[in-house]
Amino acid sequence: MTAELSDLKTRLRPCFDDPVCDSQAAFRALMNAIAYPGRIELVNRLRDAPPPLHAATATLCLTLADFETPLWIDPHLASTDVLAWLQFHCRAPIVTSPKDARFVLADCRSQVPHLDELHPGEVEYPERSSTLILQVASLSGREGVRWTGPGINGTTTARISTLPRWFWAEWAMNSELYPLGADVIFASGEAIVGLPRSVRVEA
Amino acid sequence: MKRASTRPAQGYNFAYLDEQTKRIIRRTLLKALSIPGHQVPFGGREMPLAYGWGTGGIQVTASIIGPEDTLKVIDQGADDTTNAVSIRRFFEIVTGVATTERAEEANIIQTRHRIPETPLQEGQIIVYQVPQPEPLRKIEPRETETRKMHSYAEYGAMQVALYEDIARFGYIAKTYDYPTLVNARHLMSPSPIPKFDNPKMESSPAIQLFGAGREKRIYAVPPYTSVRSLDFDDHPFEVQKWEQCCALCGSTTSYLDEVITDDNGGHMFVCSDTDFCNTRQREQAQAGEADDSAPPTALAATEIPS
Amino acid sequence: MAYVAVKGGEQAIINSHRLIAETRRGNRAVPELDIDQISEQFGLAVDRVMTEGSIYDRELAALALKQAQGDSVEAIFLLRAFRTTLPRIAISRPIDTGTMAVRRRISATFKDIPGGQVLGPTYDYTHRLLDFSLAEKSDPDFVAPVAEEPLDDNAPGVIEMLGGEGLIEQETRSREDTAAFDLTRSPMRLPAGRDQRLQNLARGDEGFLLGIAYSTIRGYGATHPFVGELRLGEVSVTIVPEDLGFAIEIGEITVTECQMINQFRGTTEAGPKFTRGYGLTFGHCERKALAMALVDRAMRARELGEDVRYVAQDDEFVLSHSDSVEATGMVTHYKLPHYVDFHAEVQLVRRLRAAYEAACSRAAAE
Repeated sequence: MTAELSDLKTRLRPCFDDPVCDSQAAFRALMNAIAYPGRIELVNRLRDAPPPLHAATATLCLTLADFETPLWIDPHLASTDVLAWLQFHCRAPIVTSPKDARFVLADCRSQVPHLDELHPGEVEYPERSSTLILQVASLSGREGVRWTGPGINGTTTARISTLPRWFWAEWAMNSELYPLGADVIFASGEAIVGLPRSVRVEA
Repeated sequence: MKRASTRPAQGYNFAYLDEQTKRIIRRTLLKALSIPGHQVPFGGREMPLAYGWGTGGIQVTASIIGPEDTLKVIDQGADDTTNAVSIRRFFEIVTGVATTERAEEANIIQTRHRIPETPLQEGQIIVYQVPQPEPLRKIEPRETETRKMHSYAEYGAMQVALYEDIARFGYIAKTYDYPTLVNARHLMSPSPIPKFDNPKMESSPAIQLFGAGREKRIYAVPPYTSVRSLDFDDHPFEVQKWEQCCALCGSTTSYLDEVITDDNGGHMFVCSDTDFCNTRQREQAQAGEADDSAPPTALAATEIPS
Repeated sequence: MAYVAVKGGEQAIINSHRLIAETRRGNRAVPELDIDQISEQFGLAVDRVMTEGSIYDRELAALALKQAQGDSVEAIFLLRAFRTTLPRIAISRPIDTGTMAVRRRISATFKDIPGGQVLGPTYDYTHRLLDFSLAEKSDPDFVAPVAEEPLDDNAPGVIEMLGGEGLIEQETRSREDTAAFDLTRSPMRLPAGRDQRLQNLARGDEGFLLGIAYSTIRGYGATHPFVGELRLGEVSVTIVPEDLGFAIEIGEITVTECQMINQFRGTTEAGPKFTRGYGLTFGHCERKALAMALVDRAMRARELGEDVRYVAQDDEFVLSHSDSVEATGMVTHYKLPHYVDFHAEVQLVRRLRAAYEAACSRAAAE
C-alpha cells in the first residue's frame, strides 16, 4: 500500500453502522419524500459524512448509487476525500456530463447544472432520466412556493432556500416534458424534500 | 392479533434479496412514483416462489421492509388462504418482522386481488401482486406496440373495446382488472382486483406499489393521485352490488364471496375481507354482551367454523 | 351433505410438506438415492438442469433433481432460485471451444475433416431396444477401448474451412470492451441483440425450443440446415483478476457446441452465401444445442433482410415464451384461488343470461 493510499484510508469516513437496516430506513424516508412531495423527511443514520457533502446527500449516495449508476458531481463538492469516499463505498463511475448521469450531485453555492442539461429520459422509457440531488442551505426558508400534483393533498408550500434564480422557471419547462423530465431531491443537513417531475408549481 | 417478530433465517440476507438487487428495485420504485401509472422495467430476480404466485409483490415488499414494520398478507381478501399464509411465512422466516391480520395495525399490506374494506391511511403502503401489468395486452399482444401506445397516450383502442360492450350488451361487461387512467395520463391495470375496489385507489392517502415479477415491471400510484376508471358520459362507471348482505356479519357495503353450502344448490354470501368481517362479528358480540336485548345480526356465524 | 367454507392454513401447508417428503422417499425398503448416483448415472438429466438452471455445478443439479423427484423443470426452478442469491465475484473471459479437449465431434457437411470425425458417446446408432440386462442388478465391467493416438486439442472448426472461399458469412466478433447483455440482471429489451437472444435460448426450455426449431424445418420459417459441426468436450474457464492483469484458469467445464450452416439466397447488398446458427449448452445436451442453433438462425431473419413471417423468426414471441420457469409459474398459477374474480364473472354471466333468456322468450312470443 502506498503512503498516499494508506493516508487516505485512515482519513476515509465510514459508511453506515448497519448497512442493511440503515439503507432501508433511509430508503423509506426517501420514498416518503418522493411520494409526498414537499414534506420534510429525516435521514439521520450516518454519523460522519465527508464534507462538503451534507449528511443527507451522503446518505442518498450510499442508499441509491452503485457501479450501475453513473454519477456527475459538482466540482465544488468533488474534494479528494469525497471522491475517495464515493469510490470506496458506492463504486459509482464518475462521468463528465450531467446528461450521462443517473444521479447528479450539486450544491447551490456552486454552478448548479441547468435542468435541460440533465437527461430527460427516453420517449418509451421516461424513467431513464437523471435525478438531481441538490444541496441547499435550508428546507424551511422564508420564501414559499405552492406545489400541486400527485402525492399532494390539494396544495403544499415548499420553502427551499438558496435556489438559483432560474430554477422555478426551468421547472415549469421540465413539467411541460411530462412524462419525460428530471426529478429532484433537495438535501440540507439531515433533511430531504422530494420534487418529482409530476409536481407543478403555481406561478 | 399481532404476531411478534422472531429472528430472521440464518444464511440469507435480511429480506432474502441481496443489497444490490434491493437498490435496483428501490431506484425503480422512486421512478415509478415519479411517473404515476407508468410501468418501469426492472431486473427482476428469480424468487423461491413460482412466477405468477406473487414474486413481483414479494420483491417489492422485500425491498421496502424493515425490522420495525408490521406486515399483513392477503389473497382474495383473506389472511388465511394458502398463498397468503405461504408468503407471510416467507417474510416471517427471512425478516422476522411482526405480522398481523388487522388492516389498521399493518404498515405494509401485500395483496392479491383485493383492497381491504378498512380505508387505508397515511403511513401505510399497499403492495399489489400483478400477473399481467399491461392493460392493453389483450388488445395488442406485442410489448413493442403497447409501449408506443403508452408513450403517446394512444388509448383509443381501449375506449373502442369498452364501447363494443355497450353496443352489444348495453353496459361495459368487465368485472375485474377494469382499466384506469392515472394522473390523467397513463392507462393502468389495477391488477385483477374486482372493479368494486377501483374507487378505493382514487386519491388514497396510502402509497400504492405494484410488482409484476414474471413480466419484470414495477409501477406505482402516489397518495392523493387521480385514478379514474374509464367510462363514458352516458355510461358512467359503476361497481358490483348485491341483493344479499354478509351472512356472518350482516355487512351491506363489502365485497361478497358466494359460498356453496350443500349439494342442493344452497349458497350464501360472506365478506371476502376476513379481517373486516371478523372485526365486525367481534364488535357485535361485545355489543350483544353489553346489551342482551340487541337483535342477533349474524345468524349463521356459529355454524361456519373458520 | 352440507359444506363449510374451505379455509387453507398453516397446518395444511406444513402437512403438505410432510406428505411430499414422504412421497419423495417412496418405499423405505428400497435404498435411498444418493447425490453421487444421480450425478454419475443420470448425467444427461443433470446436464439439462445445469444448462437451463444456469449454474455449472453437478452436485447442486443432482441435489435439485433428487429434491424434485426427477422433475427437470422443478429442478431447474430450484437451481435458478438458488442462483439469484449468489454474489457475482468475477466475469470470465469468453471460453474458446477451438481449444476444446474433444470427446465427440461430427460434421454432416464433409465426409472427412481435419482432426477427424469422432463419434464419441452417443445414442445415435444404438437401436432403441430396451436393454433388459440393465434391469438386473449387476456390475458389468464396461470399459471402452482407448484410441491409439490422442486427439488433436486444437482441431480447427469445420465451418471455418468455408470461410476462405467467401462461401459463409464471417463471424462478427463483438467488441471486447462492451459487456454482453445479461438477462439475469436487466429486463428484456426489444428488438433483442444476438447476445440477449442466445442467452435466452441457452436458458430456454428444451421442449419449447425443439418444437419451435421443428416448425422452421416444416415450412414455418425458411431454414435449410446442415450440421456444420457438433462437438462435445472440456474447455477451460479463465478470469483476469483486476489486481493481476493476466488470465488465470479457474476450472474446466463440459460443453456441447453446435455450428449450424444455413442456406441464404442473399439480398442486393449481400451476395448469396451460407449463414450461421449457433447453439451452446453446459454438459452434453445435443438435442438442445441443435434446436438452439436452428432457432438462433431463424431469429436472425430481420438482420439478414428476410421476411419475418413465422413465430420462430419473431424474437419477441420466442424470447417471451421460452423460459420454463416463467411459463410454468404463469400456467400453474391458475391453481391459486381466483374466486374474487370468478364470482365477479358469475354475477356478470347471470346478468347476461337473464337478458339473453328474456330476448329469447320475447322472440318466441312474437
